[in-house]
Amino acid sequence: MTMPFYVAPEQLIKDKADYARKGIGRGRSVIVLQYADGIAFVAENPSRALHKISEIYDRIAFAAVGKYNEFENLRQAGVRFADMRGFAYDRSDVTSRSLANAYAQTLGNVFTEAPKPYEVEIVVAEVGSEASDDQLYRLTFDGSVADEHGFVAMGGSADAISAALADHWNDDLNLPAAVRLAVKELSKNSASAGEPNGESRILTAEELEVAVLDRNRPRRKFKRIVGNQLTELLSP
Amino acid sequence: MTSTFPLEGVPHGTTIVALTYPGGVVMAGDRRATAGNMIAQRDIEKVFATDEFSVVGIAGAAGLAIELVRTFQVELEHYEKMEGAPLSVEGKANRLSTLLRSNLAMAMQGLAVVPLFAGYDPRGSNGRIFSYDVTGGRYEEHSFFAVGSGSVFARGSLKKLYRSDLTQDEAVTACVEALYDAADDDSATGGPDLFRRIYPIVVAVDGDGDRKFSESEMAEFVHRVVNARSTSPDGPTADLPTSRGDSK
Repeated sequence: MTMPFYVAPEQLIKDKADYARKGIGRGRSVIVLQYADGIAFVAENPSRALHKISEIYDRIAFAAVGKYNEFENLRQAGVRFADMRGFAYDRSDVTSRSLANAYAQTLGNVFTEAPKPYEVEIVVAEVGSEASDDQLYRLTFDGSVADEHGFVAMGGSADAISAALADHWNDDLNLPAAVRLAVKELSKNSASAGEPNGESRILTAEELEVAVLDRNRPRRKFKRIVGNQLTELLSP
Repeated sequence: MTSTFPLEGVPHGTTIVALTYPGGVVMAGDRRATAGNMIAQRDIEKVFATDEFSVVGIAGAAGLAIELVRTFQVELEHYEKMEGAPLSVEGKANRLSTLLRSNLAMAMQGLAVVPLFAGYDPRGSNGRIFSYDVTGGRYEEHSFFAVGSGSVFARGSLKKLYRSDLTQDEAVTACVEALYDAADDDSATGGPDLFRRIYPIVVAVDGDGDRKFSESEMAEFVHRVVNARSTSPDGPTADLPTSRGDSK
């Protein structure tokens, strides 16, 4: 009988984390940022059908990077969780905090139990009636949760984008300014927008997925910005 | 829907009308709930936007009916979020049919729920109306329809008021007239209450989505109808065909 090789738990965790980070780092980036009237989501995503940004409930939305089938699985579980809760109790009892908790449990379990961790990073955002009530939760592949303020960048060039946003973002940006700032930073760090001379072009409406949680909308705050509306928003 | 029910203590909703107009459909309901011969509530709401492009009105046992609408609303929204696209109008109508059929046992015991469904169909850019029976049978109606205890009177009224070229405002007026006629002849249907400002609930759906008329908007429609009735209590009259070939 052969004995399995001994692997130290530290090494096991490190290997899994490295594996997940590598998977996430390969993907295109997503930016979630607060603006004066809500929360904006901007992703580099040429697909019209496979979304990285989605509605979860009245005030709650979801953004993800990484492996599509894995975060789509999490998104659907989130929608199911929110709809069941809202039906069993009341719509106001569905909160991003409880959803973020549920996601943290799932991601944490998968990270320790499953042979392979989820190669995803997600943001759960909830828009409040005022900017100070807005909530942004960032969840990483190992189930850790971070409570963020202002902006979050995920994906391949998350660090570079976060550093740039820290210099240029402020809390009273209007929607066009917020989206243009996000698009500028995505473009600078995008592989597909890079030009041979080292410069980068600005990503076009066809290469972007943009949505908002607008606190001034009626019940369902989530809205995708597509077509002409997006083109207009991007043109200075 | 009054004393024919064995469970007299349970509140029942009464008349719902719906009418299509070019590019949309409007649905209206009176505000009365009855329990036997008692008025259980005078400002109940029985017409609900179920998603952005559909609306349901309910007659019958109020508790079950409102629960049915709540379930239906969640199912439509859930499907839309899961699939990233809304159900077709037929899909929504069929789903409501299945939900209704699951209530058949209760219906056999006297707790019937009879919804009326209307939705905007983006494929034909028109409004469509579906009626149901307690077994879940689904029937597409054309132009206009009414359900509930006052429906016979409302339908007669709509028949004389309906034209295929009504504007949205004219369609709302026709619904208010029809509900007035229903309340006039059916004791379980409530007429507009001008003193308490209780007016019919009206929801229109068209290409721009659903729109619930506000209390102040309805006040205008209702006052116009009621004022006209002060001179002709039976409401608008229809022209008869010109008689005996005396055309010159």
